[in-house]
Amino acid sequence: MIPLASLQSTAEALMAKAAIEIPDDYLAGLRRCADTEKGDLSAFVIQAMLENYEAAKEDRRAMCGDTGVPRWYVKYGNEARVEGGPVGLEAALRRATARATTGVPLRPNRVHPLWRTDHNNNVGINAPEIEYAFHPEGDWVDLTTVHKGGLFGSDYRMLFPGDGLEGIRRFFLDTLIGFGKRGLACQPAIVGIGLGGSKDACMVLGKQASCLRTVGSRNPDPKIAAMEEEFRELGNSIGMGAMGFMGSSMVVDCHIEVGYCHTGGMPMSVHMFCLSSRRATARIFPDGRAEFRTDPDWFTAYSRRDTVEWGETPLLAAAQ
Amino acid sequence: MAGPLKTVELNLPASREALAELEIGTVVYLNGRLFTAREGVYKRAIEDGAGMPAANVDLGTANFHCSPAAVIEPDGRFNVGAVTATASFRFAKWLDGWFKLSGCNIIIGKGGMTSEIYRDVFVPHGAIYLTTVGYGTGALLGRGIKDVPGVYWKDELGLAQAVWVLDVERFGPFIVESDLAGNSLFERENAKIAPGLARLYEGTRPATLRRYGETDDKTDEVI
Repeated sequence: MIPLASLQSTAEALMAKAAIEIPDDYLAGLRRCADTEKGDLSAFVIQAMLENYEAAKEDRRAMCGDTGVPRWYVKYGNEARVEGGPVGLEAALRRATARATTGVPLRPNRVHPLWRTDHNNNVGINAPEIEYAFHPEGDWVDLTTVHKGGLFGSDYRMLFPGDGLEGIRRFFLDTLIGFGKRGLACQPAIVGIGLGGSKDACMVLGKQASCLRTVGSRNPDPKIAAMEEEFRELGNSIGMGAMGFMGSSMVVDCHIEVGYCHTGGMPMSVHMFCLSSRRATARIFPDGRAEFRTDPDWFTAYSRRDTVEWGETPLLAAAQ
Repeated sequence: MAGPLKTVELNLPASREALAELEIGTVVYLNGRLFTAREGVYKRAIEDGAGMPAANVDLGTANFHCSPAAVIEPDGRFNVGAVTATASFRFAKWLDGWFKLSGCNIIIGKGGMTSEIYRDVFVPHGAIYLTTVGYGTGALLGRGIKDVPGVYWKDELGLAQAVWVLDVERFGPFIVESDLAGNSLFERENAKIAPGLARLYEGTRPATLRRYGETDDKTDEVI
């Protein structure tokens, strides 16, 4: 049985880590941008951001004043049992979110959409969002928090099979150019693309592709993996860098996730995880121990399965 | 690597002479007093007729479009962690009234506004626009805050929308986006990038299903 106190204290630690520490994979990707950026203004911006990450870590203060809208991704190993059950876990995550808002501190960003009511703790109706996944083996729970900014850089479009790859390319460019000007998307970004699924699933897949995969990871379908690299290069050839200044630093990496969709359609979503790509993950075991990491390991062979049954593949391979 | 950009330190409140020396693309660090104000403050001060929450001398004349990641401790102390700007273009409609009411001559924010707004509203009031960098260098800016002499309208507007007065030292970096002549750095950069856009779209055609209000002119902006 995983103790609730461990879940809550780990969740609070994750909230602070996400807000303060830029993940290593994004940092390495941004340094590669810095090495190749020729635009003087764009290069200055990236250099300032690199210094900013150091200041955040040294001072233990949030790297960005807009600390985004904190949310949670929870993955249960199939044998995991949590003290207080799923309701207990949700209570622990809401408490951790509220406590970290004053503890770090974070900006109390969450308000009612109409009445603008602010509880000053980032908790409210349907907030923080909590999404779930399951894994075929394991007695642990993985907690991931993502603090993504909320206003610019995402879009959805219903394309059709006849629009083809060129239609995908065009909508990708539209989104990057539209939100890249003036740096509204806070690029260079991890661009996530959702292809297929129902409309809502399409948005969810694209968002998870940007926020829950590490820079350098590739989709297991080799043709999709090639698209990811092609689109990264395409984005970096627009001529636009950080803050929309002339340059080549738009896309730190591009990730594509797919879901089976209606036979008549090809829905697509684009999401941009920004210069403060805030995510942190921990695995919590029944003895209360927590192992922290920056790779959410959200997408697996199990989560991407396309068969009715699971089990033809050995379970260990699925865990990879 | 590219060469260094021109960098200046600007003391607040800034004189017109000091602002006149700033060109678009110059890096600026600020010393002195400034305050945060965004849509909640504009609506209350201008539309609801509440006026300014305090005198110029208490607030300063530089307005930061920002909500800090900050908390008021139980003993009343202010704990400001990180600060970064929020996108300014949404606030353009209030600015003429705001300049008249507040006497501000510097607006600090994210992403700037259009040169039309600069010419029509900023230039007549002798005001410039500084953009934050990144966005955003929240931790570096947080370091530059030396004191929080006051927070106004926190009960009326909540912590995020309240007026936070900040005393700062070498607070930055910022980049001059609009000068006293109303030029826009972002529009200059857009114009440089625009000629290369058409080739990116070669071989593509508009999506089968169109959307209202859609344009195929990629030199347009979304703001």
